[in-house]
Amino acid sequence: MDAATSNGPKIAAPPVELERQPLVLNNRPLGWISDKVAGICENQMPKWWLPAFLISSTLMLMMFTLIAYLISTGIGVWGLNQPAAWAWDITNFVFWIGIGHAGTLISAILFLLRQKWRTSVNRAAEAMTLFAVACAGIFPVVHTGRVWYALMPGYLVPFPNSNAIWPQFRSPLLWDVFAVSTYGTVSLLFWYVGLVPDLATLRDRATSKIRKFFYGLFALGWSGSNRHWSNYEKAYLLLAGLSTPLVLSVHSIVSFDFAVSQVPGWHTTIFPPYFVAGAVFSGFGMVLTLLVPLRTLCGLQEIITVRHVELMNKVILATGSIVGYAYGMEFFIAWYGGNPYEKYAFMNRAFGPYWWAYWSMISCNVISPQLFWFKWCRTNMVFVFIVSIFVNIGMWFERFVIIVTSIHRDYLPSAWGYFRPTYVDVLTFVGSFGLFFTLFLLFMRFLPMIAISEVKGVTPQADPHHPLGGAKGGHH
Amino acid sequence: MSAPVSKTTPFALIAEFDTPADAMHAAEKIRDSGYSRWDVHTPFPIHGMDDAMGLKNSKVGWFTFVGGVSGFTGGMLMIWWMNAFDYPIVVGGKPLFSPMFPFPVCYELTILLSAFGSLFGMLFLNRLPRLYNPLLRNRRFLGVTHDKFVVVIETSDAKYSDTETRKLLADCGSKHIEMVED
Repeated sequence: MDAATSNGPKIAAPPVELERQPLVLNNRPLGWISDKVAGICENQMPKWWLPAFLISSTLMLMMFTLIAYLISTGIGVWGLNQPAAWAWDITNFVFWIGIGHAGTLISAILFLLRQKWRTSVNRAAEAMTLFAVACAGIFPVVHTGRVWYALMPGYLVPFPNSNAIWPQFRSPLLWDVFAVSTYGTVSLLFWYVGLVPDLATLRDRATSKIRKFFYGLFALGWSGSNRHWSNYEKAYLLLAGLSTPLVLSVHSIVSFDFAVSQVPGWHTTIFPPYFVAGAVFSGFGMVLTLLVPLRTLCGLQEIITVRHVELMNKVILATGSIVGYAYGMEFFIAWYGGNPYEKYAFMNRAFGPYWWAYWSMISCNVISPQLFWFKWCRTNMVFVFIVSIFVNIGMWFERFVIIVTSIHRDYLPSAWGYFRPTYVDVLTFVGSFGLFFTLFLLFMRFLPMIAISEVKGVTPQADPHHPLGGAKGGHH
Repeated sequence: MSAPVSKTTPFALIAEFDTPADAMHAAEKIRDSGYSRWDVHTPFPIHGMDDAMGLKNSKVGWFTFVGGVSGFTGGMLMIWWMNAFDYPIVVGGKPLFSPMFPFPVCYELTILLSAFGSLFGMLFLNRLPRLYNPLLRNRRFLGVTHDKFVVVIETSDAKYSDTETRKLLADCGSKHIEMVED
């Protein structure tokens, strides 16, 4: 396509009603975007930040205390016992990993699909991914009791050790180790690549020597050179292209933890796509839980516009529908397949002792996203926030239902039991939110929470063929 | 006793533009004039600037490819060596090694090492981190990360001439041209 000259036939502009809503409202100039976003890091701490930080760090410390209690006393402080040897621990692990997937979807998949609106939300979403993966990683490490075995060479990590043994690579638990570590590392690299130009922006605006030093250190000497941008854009595209199959594979591998077993209700091929769709669904729920309040609290309504929120709601509607379909399909195949154990597993889910968890899951995951067919529901911020909370709750219950209802009653009735969580289970999970929010609050205070250079790049002021970008004569 | 005066040498001529279209047209003129040690600095990548500058396709992909291939073969080799050669583990009578069961781990290692290749390849090709850049000491140049577009032509370029280069930049429409000292 001829990019250099715009001397084609003069085409009339589309009528106002057909123009898409702008990505940055009120035709703001490029510099305004820097000022607005960098201002969050540079200006005085917002009044709500410190109380929020104190609450979340208290919860985080509570979690660390409980984990110390767990490791020193034993797994018995949790409610785990035969037959439910996995319950809140693995539920929390899958819950947090799933949340992380939305960040990668926004960064990578929406980039490949050329969705420019992702630029306002991708930085915060990627940060959310990193912190969610950090929270997730805690649970598999501590859930065995003798946690040092999890990290010691030879058990999970393929490293030479004194017993001269190696991990067994046929196990999905080991595939998980590689998948989740790769996911965390690649997400970190992708996030950092995006940050480099914005750190340069903060470096150039810094007034104190400390800020200038640290922002300058991590900005690596970025100067905005187009020769550098050329390599940067290629690296960004490749990382996006790599992250897309990565995010699809990671949650598939997590689903293999269950699917590769023989437990009725777990041993099913629907799990990989079902888990991935559910992960994207829950992740977008968490993105909205974070950004809908933040856009008002930080004054970012012109950059994270109602259109952005509406588009994210549509993704929630789509993935929520896929999840709802998967629920229906599981039931159908359990009946159609004729396997009596599979049939029982599903009857037990809906009508057995955990029916309350099952129906919470259905109402939160199937019914609430369907409300987003209505424009009012999509564009009312309070309503969107409430629905996003329900999505998070529903997705936690989904993992709980899958894990606990399947294993508490499997083949032999003599092995059946009922799992009850202890306060340690519950408070450890609550504390993990403390860790998540602590990290996120630190992120938004010290790093640009919107991708400044990317948002600038999608405004009309950045388009050399648009009148606002300096193009003379003709129209875009 | 007077303090020693630091000797600064002229490093590059910088010309500031206010819109991406102006910067792009300027780049085309400079590309056509035959300069080689020059660049355009922008707050975001401008669509079409690579062609305007005459830049070839980026080579980052090669680093990614090498990373990916090493990840995959390294993973397969590692798993074969660990599970089928050094300490063979018999699991359910299955073959000691087949390409199937190592695939998830090798797939992840492919992506991991490709990602390393992309990032470190990009940094290597850009010669980053760069601890010192005379341009970043110029107050006016710092507008690049804000909202300005700056063309930089180094004095070490073969075609550089104090008068001609300055005239060329002024003809491109720049309202502010300045010499950056090193």
